[in-house]
Amino acid sequence: MPKVKVDGIEIEVENGISVLQACEIAGKEIPRFCYHERLSIAGNCRMCLVEMEKSPKPVASCAMPVSEGQVIYTNTEMVKKAREGVMEFLLINHPLDCPICDQGGECDLQDQSVKYGGGTSRYELNKRSVKEKYMGPLIKTQMNRCIHCTRCIRFAEEVAGVPELGSINRGENMEITTYLEKTLDSELSANVIDLCPVGALTSKPYAFEARPWELTKTETIDVMDAVGSNIRVDTKGWEVKRILPRVNEDINEEWISDKTRYACDGLLINRIDRPYIKKDGKLIECSWDEAFLKIKEEVSKTANVGGLVGGMVDLETIFALKDLLIKISGSASIDFRQKDFYIDPSHLSNNLFNTSIAGIDESDLILLVGANPRLEATIINSRIRKNFINKNTEIFTIGDPGDQTYKIISLGDNLKVLKDIENNNSIFSEKIKTSQKPIIVIGESVLNSKQGRFVLETSKSILKKNNSLSGLNILHQSASSVGAIMLQAYTNTNEVLKNEILYLIGADEINIDTKNKFIIYQGTHGSKNAKIADVILPGAAYTEKNGLYVNLEGRVQSAFKASFPPGNAKEDWKILRALSDVLNKPLKFNTIEQLRSKMFEFNPALQRIDQLPSIDVNTLEVENVEVIDSKVNYLPIDYYHSNEIAKSSKTMLECKIARQSLQKTGTEN
Amino acid sequence: MSGKHVAKNQPKTFTFSSENIKKMKEILSKYPETRKKSAVMPLLYLAQKQNEGWIPLVAIQYIADQLDVPYIKVYEVATFYTMYNLAPVGKYFVQVCTTTPCAIRGSGKIIEMCKKHISEKEGHLSSDKKSSWIEVECLGACVNAPMIQINDDYYEDLDADSAEKIFKSFKDDNLPKFGSQKGRKGSEPIKQRLTLLKN
Repeated sequence: MPKVKVDGIEIEVENGISVLQACEIAGKEIPRFCYHERLSIAGNCRMCLVEMEKSPKPVASCAMPVSEGQVIYTNTEMVKKAREGVMEFLLINHPLDCPICDQGGECDLQDQSVKYGGGTSRYELNKRSVKEKYMGPLIKTQMNRCIHCTRCIRFAEEVAGVPELGSINRGENMEITTYLEKTLDSELSANVIDLCPVGALTSKPYAFEARPWELTKTETIDVMDAVGSNIRVDTKGWEVKRILPRVNEDINEEWISDKTRYACDGLLINRIDRPYIKKDGKLIECSWDEAFLKIKEEVSKTANVGGLVGGMVDLETIFALKDLLIKISGSASIDFRQKDFYIDPSHLSNNLFNTSIAGIDESDLILLVGANPRLEATIINSRIRKNFINKNTEIFTIGDPGDQTYKIISLGDNLKVLKDIENNNSIFSEKIKTSQKPIIVIGESVLNSKQGRFVLETSKSILKKNNSLSGLNILHQSASSVGAIMLQAYTNTNEVLKNEILYLIGADEINIDTKNKFIIYQGTHGSKNAKIADVILPGAAYTEKNGLYVNLEGRVQSAFKASFPPGNAKEDWKILRALSDVLNKPLKFNTIEQLRSKMFEFNPALQRIDQLPSIDVNTLEVENVEVIDSKVNYLPIDYYHSNEIAKSSKTMLECKIARQSLQKTGTEN
Repeated sequence: MSGKHVAKNQPKTFTFSSENIKKMKEILSKYPETRKKSAVMPLLYLAQKQNEGWIPLVAIQYIADQLDVPYIKVYEVATFYTMYNLAPVGKYFVQVCTTTPCAIRGSGKIIEMCKKHISEKEGHLSSDKKSSWIEVECLGACVNAPMIQINDDYYEDLDADSAEKIFKSFKDDNLPKFGSQKGRKGSEPIKQRLTLLKN
């Protein structure tokens, strides 16, 4: 461990880190543009120059490794002059258009030129002008502002795995572009907007919407997929203006998928903002009382009420609905599965991503079974890619998920390969024997009533032989799935559908036969199932209520209210609570705290907010099952339209069209 | 180099000729399989030679496919180096040195001649499509400045008249002999004695 001295402060630091990191450990701020913790080192902006004893010239601290006995100064006259010089050069060709630049107020160049710049320019010639580049519907470019830090290039190549960005020409003519100006073919593409230290790459949908200081910032979590990415929701009044990632090393590091970031404009469109009742086949606006009385009238006829919850429903709502159904009919006929979906709830680990997301980094062998992580859980795919890049891990697949941004080795697409692996008849069997931390990722596509049990049990058996049951991973797609399992909100979807009254909460995917049925739809958007409903109750979206969600690792996370529901819409559990009064079957909680304490009584594990579940995966039992000889059939994934919010979003539609045209022309020629 | 631009009219296909495929294999054999992207520069040069002095976009894609690298990586290299041409060049491709020694010795006048006899714009074909010119940095023949390079040959010791003569000769493919246009051999003195031994 080398000892270095930074501005007189002696510190001992880890081997192999850079001088810049050492300075930060010593509490000194080093300005930088090109350096980024999660990207490779480029060393081309020169803003991080520091003075080092015995070095005649200032050194670029981001690219200089620490070594024993270095004496570094970050506040000398030489450093000050060097920074001023670099700043002056960077600003030579940078337009002075801060007043009309969307980055204004959160711009590294702006901040650092105030702090470290010389204050004046001596440049008298014309500034260069660069043509704007097309990079798809999400990224707006003003390349005049680019300072060529190459963060975006390195991100696309290293993290997103789509090496389509590059710098062309040289010297004063250097430009950043995609090859022949194509849309970036990545689900993580919009992260380059956050990475860009200047206003060269800004958000197209958010262009000229607001200034950062006008926005109210709420730290919450995302529900577009089951990953539970940590986000910050920026609102102005009622409107959600934008969504940004929040650093959480255990989940999303500091990336979020394009859907997480940009589906938010769907929160403004196609919303249900008041209750409706169907009269003569037409949905007519009504008051809450009318809607509740109509439900009361129907419930008095029959106690057969079934509940279905959708993919973005919080724990409180699921719990309240289940409670209400028990009050009405004695038992809860409720389910969260809107498709043929096999679960084995006997042990919670059967339903979790047991390795944990951060645990992927340590794995040394990965098998995907009917999983397409790129589209099903983009952030998890970026972790797998990170592992692949860092450790060159071999990644096998059963079934062909298409391009995953890393090299995958196919073991065929028949599920009986799993049995071969178990019986040591596959190349994978050899690999797993020498592997320390193998993981198997099972996608929802194979978790159906026909194949699910076989896949699950055989995978467990393979892992158990290798004494690594913690490598069992179920790749859920919906934010509500694991939570619903933990609240035991499952019976049988087909049985639920037999009830005369159906209570749908955000259940938009399932096709329902409306014959002789009374359908209550509680949700946020005018979806397919809202249209067939007899009563519509307006609910709140994930940014409009406080709620708990469980991600696919089994980690309970809190979502916070950033905005409020539109019009007469209410938070979902409050609707259920109010309805229970009308039905004379009052639920025994009046506040969200009371609701939560009831819920925690039901399942104490839900109290462990932000922590991984404390269950021992090694207590999983493995059953012997018959071999199934059938192929992996991937369920179609409409990535940009996977839920009602995304379907209402204009931006997501543009992304979908851009992606389709990209596939049509093909990138190859 | 401001004259560098990507041609608007691009051919639809490109493959190496069978002879160049042999050369490509020879070039690739110099690098380990895992480092074969290092061959990008010689392959671009080969493509330029085959395609009458310029590299079309399809050739960039073809080379990227050969080396298993993304298109943009080859495109970056091709746009970075001034000696790769991305737009058609004439049968006579004139590169005029304008670095300091040549500039002092009057390369400005040669540029004027280029504009007059070849094309007004740098990097664009002449009206008879036979020639084009660009400005370049030092070509290493400063002793005989000013000088130009036409295809593979150096024409040295130029002035406006001799340059004009050369440019006019493009029409009937009758170029003067390359080398010094003042008639000296290499960079020998013109009038004084040539060696220490003779007087």
